[in-house]
Amino acid sequence: MFLINCPYCGERDQQEFKAGGEAHIERPKQPTELSDDEWAEYLFMRKNIKGVQFERWNHAHGCRKWFNMVRDTSNDEIKAIYKMGEKPPSQ
Amino acid sequence: MKKKYSIFSLIKNSFSYHENWERAWKDPAPKKEYDAVIVGGGGHGLATAYYLAKKHNMNNIAVVEKGWIGGGNTGRNTTIIRSNYLWDASAGLYDHALKIWESLSQELNYNVMFSQRGVMNLAHNLQDVRDLKRRTHANRLNGIDAVYLSTEEVKKFCPIINTSPDIRYPVLGGTLQRRAGTARHDAVAWGYARGADAMGVDIIQNCEVKGIKRNGDCVEGIETTKGFIKTKKIGVVAAGHSSVIANMAGLRLPLESKPLQALVSEPVKPIIDTVVMSNAVHAYVSQSDKGELVIGAGTDDYVSYTQKGSHQIVEGTLNAILELYPIFSRMRMLRQWGGIVDICPDASPILSKTSIKGLYFNCGWGTGGFKATPGSGDLFAHTIANDEPHKLNAAFNLNRFVSGDLVDEHGAAAVAH
Repeated sequence: MFLINCPYCGERDQQEFKAGGEAHIERPKQPTELSDDEWAEYLFMRKNIKGVQFERWNHAHGCRKWFNMVRDTSNDEIKAIYKMGEKPPSQ
Repeated sequence: MKKKYSIFSLIKNSFSYHENWERAWKDPAPKKEYDAVIVGGGGHGLATAYYLAKKHNMNNIAVVEKGWIGGGNTGRNTTIIRSNYLWDASAGLYDHALKIWESLSQELNYNVMFSQRGVMNLAHNLQDVRDLKRRTHANRLNGIDAVYLSTEEVKKFCPIINTSPDIRYPVLGGTLQRRAGTARHDAVAWGYARGADAMGVDIIQNCEVKGIKRNGDCVEGIETTKGFIKTKKIGVVAAGHSSVIANMAGLRLPLESKPLQALVSEPVKPIIDTVVMSNAVHAYVSQSDKGELVIGAGTDDYVSYTQKGSHQIVEGTLNAILELYPIFSRMRMLRQWGGIVDICPDASPILSKTSIKGLYFNCGWGTGGFKATPGSGDLFAHTIANDEPHKLNAAFNLNRFVSGDLVDEHGAAAVAH
């Protein structure tokens, strides 16, 4: 449980938000040419990092907008928040 | 050979004020090389080592554990054991474990306090009723004892449940597996540790894995905080930290690690003599032999390794508990804790070889691994010793995420995720 600074609404309780998993997983440009291995990699395999991780969040019980977050999963400390489409901050 | 625990050894040791019991397991320094190393000294890891030594004559093996044995999810779960899973593959896997549980105390000469007090799963809406009836039929076709209960039968089996039709999610029925129940979680780790140690397995605590050394597509050993250990076979049983170890070997797994919480109340006299689980409202409860209510809450939806979890998750579970059991309204909660569970997309575990020779993973048990401890250890030991899965864990390979042959057990995994 922690506070999240929504880029659109400001600081709100984490329970207003929905975690959307790992960020910056690019949808395959040529889905028809993907092998089963590549599909598995895209659909299921995750970095699941203990430490600084890039992820997507949705302000589900607020503005309902998606945004990105850089968070340390070992202590839940939020390092940065940036809007969808923006370049991730270099860590 | 260890001295047998018995009523006679208890009496004998009482004369020396229980100060001269021999150590249940040694505290060795790691050797330079082992035939196999198990990473993770929880129940599953220790059971794996035990069966490797006992059934496959691999005695030159070690278990490395970054903390103390049984200090992770083995000591943090709500100790529920059942095998009422939907699919054939899961039924085979979990019932294999349940059969071992039934004689485990005798086999280990260590009382794991396995208590077949029954597990009830409640239905709160029409879809629950249909799903649970379907699961009951599937269970019976697989030889697993399961019965469907009406609301009145639920009330009769566990009278303190509020079966009033006026509550927000009324009890419409439920399933009962009588062979299911609970066991003492610490005793499982200690019993397997003692058994494995007696057969020459080195249990090395406070020894964290820092890296996996590879030579091309084969493993050569592990780097640990107690130095390099050479080995050709590594079995990783690291639960929530499986992805961390996989990353060391350059592998990715289909796992997300999330905090799962549990809590216990102050101890009271016996009030609930079974285990009641309710997936729809997310409340499950049993009573420990000490008298505490043991309550399982849900997972948080974000990846975290903090072993904490959010307050509102506990609050939601307790709201549901109070609606179902108004008698608990003045109970006070004593302790709350979290464990990090490794969740697979299909809510089924992975017991598998990998693309790297000599590297095996036993992970993805998510929110329900404790019940499978003996079976998981047995089948994983088979997989490591023969470099081939046993037929009971063949379906739980890593390749199912490529082939699409998933074992979807979201319905039978009692914690929704």
